[in-house]
Amino acid sequence: MTDTAQQDDLLLDIRDLRIEGRSGGQWHQIVKGIDLTLKRGEIIGLIGESGAGKSTLGLAAMGYTKGGCRISGGSIRFDGQELVGASREQLRKLHGARIAYVAQSAAAAFNPAFRLINQYCEAPVRHGIMSRAQAKKDAVQLYRAMQLPDPEQIGFRYPHQVSGGQLQRAMTAMAMACRPDLIIFDEPTTALDVTTQIEVLSAIRRVVREHHTAAIYITHDLAVVAQMADRIKVLLKGDEVEEADTRTMLADPQQDYTKSLWAVRAFRRDPMPEVPQGERPLLQLEGISAFYGPQKVLDDIDLTVHRGRTVAVVGESGSGKTTTARVIMGLLAPTKGVVRFEGVDLPATSRQRAPTLQRRVQMIHQMADTALNPRHRIREVIGRPLEFFLGLKGRAKEARIRELLTLIELDPDEFIDRLPAELSGGQKQRVCIARALAAEPEFIICDEITSALDQLVAEGILRLLDRLQREMGLTYLFITHDLATVRSIADEVVVMQGGRIVEQGSKDEIFSPPHQEYTELLLSSVPEMDPDWLDTVLAGRETATPA
Amino acid sequence: MQPILKIILSRLMMGLLTLLIVTVVIFSAVELLPGDIATETLGQSATPETLAAFRSKFNLDQPVHVRYGLWLAGAVQGDFGVSLSNQRPIAELIQSRAGNTFFLAGYAAAIAVPLAILLGLVAALYRNSAFDRMISGTTLVAISFPEFFVAYILILIFSVTLGWFPSLADVDGSAPLPERLYRTFLPALTMTLIVMAHMMRMTRAAIINLLASPYIEMAELKGIKRWRVIAVHALPNAMAPIITVVALNLAYLIVGVVLVEVVFVYPGLGQLLVDAVSNRDVTVVQAACLIFAATYILLNMAADILSIIANPKLLHPR
Amino acid sequence: MYYWLSQLREAPVSAWIGIVLIGFFSILAIFAPLIAPFPEIAVVGPQYHAWAAPHYLGTDGLGRDVMSRLIFGARNTVGIALATTILAFLLGGITGLLAATLGGWFDMISSRIVDILMAIPSLIFALMILTITGTSVLSLILVIAVLDSTRVYRLSRAVAQDILTMDYIEVARMRGEGLPWLIRREVLPNAAAPLIAEFGLRFCFVFLFISALSFLGLGLQPPTADWGSMVRESAKLISFANFSTWQTATFGLAPLLPAGAIALLTVAVNLVVDWVLHISSGLKE
Repeated sequence: MTDTAQQDDLLLDIRDLRIEGRSGGQWHQIVKGIDLTLKRGEIIGLIGESGAGKSTLGLAAMGYTKGGCRISGGSIRFDGQELVGASREQLRKLHGARIAYVAQSAAAAFNPAFRLINQYCEAPVRHGIMSRAQAKKDAVQLYRAMQLPDPEQIGFRYPHQVSGGQLQRAMTAMAMACRPDLIIFDEPTTALDVTTQIEVLSAIRRVVREHHTAAIYITHDLAVVAQMADRIKVLLKGDEVEEADTRTMLADPQQDYTKSLWAVRAFRRDPMPEVPQGERPLLQLEGISAFYGPQKVLDDIDLTVHRGRTVAVVGESGSGKTTTARVIMGLLAPTKGVVRFEGVDLPATSRQRAPTLQRRVQMIHQMADTALNPRHRIREVIGRPLEFFLGLKGRAKEARIRELLTLIELDPDEFIDRLPAELSGGQKQRVCIARALAAEPEFIICDEITSALDQLVAEGILRLLDRLQREMGLTYLFITHDLATVRSIADEVVVMQGGRIVEQGSKDEIFSPPHQEYTELLLSSVPEMDPDWLDTVLAGRETATPA
Repeated sequence: MQPILKIILSRLMMGLLTLLIVTVVIFSAVELLPGDIATETLGQSATPETLAAFRSKFNLDQPVHVRYGLWLAGAVQGDFGVSLSNQRPIAELIQSRAGNTFFLAGYAAAIAVPLAILLGLVAALYRNSAFDRMISGTTLVAISFPEFFVAYILILIFSVTLGWFPSLADVDGSAPLPERLYRTFLPALTMTLIVMAHMMRMTRAAIINLLASPYIEMAELKGIKRWRVIAVHALPNAMAPIITVVALNLAYLIVGVVLVEVVFVYPGLGQLLVDAVSNRDVTVVQAACLIFAATYILLNMAADILSIIANPKLLHPR
Repeated sequence: MYYWLSQLREAPVSAWIGIVLIGFFSILAIFAPLIAPFPEIAVVGPQYHAWAAPHYLGTDGLGRDVMSRLIFGARNTVGIALATTILAFLLGGITGLLAATLGGWFDMISSRIVDILMAIPSLIFALMILTITGTSVLSLILVIAVLDSTRVYRLSRAVAQDILTMDYIEVARMRGEGLPWLIRREVLPNAAAPLIAEFGLRFCFVFLFISALSFLGLGLQPPTADWGSMVRESAKLISFANFSTWQTATFGLAPLLPAGAIALLTVAVNLVVDWVLHISSGLKE
């Protein structure tokens, strides 16, 4: 390609961009001299873990920084116009009209006081591109293109009257309103369930391609970015790691960091031996139904967990997976059915249960942040169950705390006196694991314990859990919405939907056809690292649906 | 529209129920008074006949619930019975004084509310500016200073030293409005200073909170002009918190008026209440308390209902 | 404790001003009989003596030494306000924490009672009760403490409820920890900062409230020296103020001295409260 052709085609040219953020009274660099170029109609994916600076970089492409951040160097040229140091008015004219933004949480990014279509019309009318009537007509067309149900009427609803996936599509339509040259997508599907995500992804991709709109697509999910982007740029702590076109990047990453990111999804635990015939299960749920107020959240749940196994419970939000855990722990009394541990019926609430029983069943929460008392040092966090359940005191307790810290791969001398605020996310989750282990349990419920963590950190936790299971013969009930995690660690899988179990069986049974209908939908909606995956799935679904 | 009407109706019922319970509390407070009201009022030397006559005049010979019923029925029609100390009908005493008190509170509110909201808005828009810092400084001072301190400083400056305004506000409804406004200016200013800082600070906090929400950032990233973002996107959503702030401070004005009336010798309900408390004139105290409490409860109820109406999620249910 | 000491080193100037002022007033209050040059209620000179030795702040309408009365006033007014606040805190704090932790009927009933008490403006309520009980120091403390405990109740209940939704509480409950442990070890350490700040704010409120009642002649009764009543007693002097001579100018300042003392102490406490609130909000991040 010649130099001049490149110039004509060039839409966005970011050079040596530096952005600083203010924290603790000091300025720290959060973007450390990054270059980014984008041609018209091209989609670049920005990928990285939390703190990589991808969102900051994405917003900077609009000449915009969040409060508490500032651009400290470099240049951003959009279609030949310099955005660094541009006046507020110059930027305002570009925003919405030529560069648009799609935020992560559509529910928060729509003004709750106005109808969707009025918010849609605002940009084209205010920028003087269309009349109000034209804009309204146009909105219906775009709503249709985004495959929103009832496109004629949906715009007249208020944001709280529309579901999350639909809102996200309505926001993309709103971003397209002025037919901008560039759209920034900031993790638009992260908050959505997988079956909703695939609908939003396909709608976004179709509209963006149709209008030949350039886009910056920000995400932490490799498989998603593989579907959306022409090129991928990998970021780490405000620095660029590498950049290449999507297929090259997926097939042949150059840098170690990228390779490690790619390898995460490859972790597979060695399978456990078959359960001997007639072995008594460790935990059994029989015909459990439960209500939150008038709403039935669990409907006739039967579940069996054998000693030394990992049973994964998968489902989307609202499927009743966490409620199942709460019933087992005795935090929510079922209206019907029994929980049986080693063949003995358990009392419905934790208060009625014997302390030895409480000791043998432990639970680890999703958010390690809220599961650790911010005022307790690690010594106390791990020490309390030792004292409470095992009666350990003084030197014996101290020694055991150190042992447990070593077990979860944290250096006792360094960590024993720390407060939770002085730990990283992964370290906090490890401490929670140690606290559960301190009770010397046989059965541990893990409630989405890796979903708030970056992928590399999450993989470390999964490997740790696997090692502990082998060394100590633990039994896990692993609750997750992420099928990749299920593939990594489960022996058996339970699929839940709307408070019911739709399918259960060994991992191989669940993951190989024939599938039950919902399981099929769920499995086929999980993005894969193949750039052609979305096309293949959509084509498959179209032929499957009768006309 | 059904659910929102239901909520408003239930709020209305709750308010009225609270008011009813408060009347019971106020009424029974007198019942708890140690000793016999008749003997206490007429003195130890009273004959049994005069005592009996006194009792039947005040319905003291009736059972408690009957007396409560009679008192409440009277109060609803504006008849609060007779003052114990000077035997005059309370309604007569209260009528003009209640009017004076509401006039003063209204006067202060008319200055304080618009000014406070405007300044709060400005402070929010130019946060961390010198103006903003000045406002948070004044707030600290205003919530720390007793009303009478502010009042005496104002008197010392505007009345004693400069001689611009009178230090006594002994006017009533019979005076022409300009004179009334002039002579009650210092008390109104005192109350304005007391409530304004708080109102400004809360308005500022509500707006800042709102400006940090993602939909405001979204509106800015859509290239909407700054003033439009504030007026169209922020203000409608700020209504509920601002209504709450205003109601809270109006209720405070109604009560704060008591001290200010005493300082400026203003013939209002608060002055009457304080005198009645010193004389232990229980029936007058009852009546004055009921009026203050009812105003306070109704104001809070009105604020509650207005903020429900301002909530789009309730106004347009799923 | 150690934590707060370490924070103290980094306290801003405003907090230090507050701390120094509070310390100054405390010393006045505690050592009043030693510091005051004259007795609290004795007539020691002519009426309305000008500001000159030995009465550096003059004398009042009965010929009592104003400076001595101000010093004793610190002891009386601040002492009673402190006692009332502590009582209000014990009452409201304990009920609030229990209501949040226990929930159920206890929470229902206590919350309804508080709703009713708060539906009546507290000054009006206090005036009504004081009509009945009379204005003794004890009834003053009890009435204001009960009325003020409603706000402490609301705050401590809300703070505790916030904390109780945290997963670490669920972990403790699943472990089978008892109520005392939950409140003492899990809830209180996290509620400490907002509660300390609230204590300061409540103290200011009670202090202003008692001063207001005294000013109305319904609080502490003469001849006890107390700042609110001193304002009331010297209020009428203000209209004789005249800034042509030093002698007459002091008439104007007579009511402002005790009122200013009230204001100064309240500002000082508020300065410290702001600092505590700032620290506690920083902890959350």
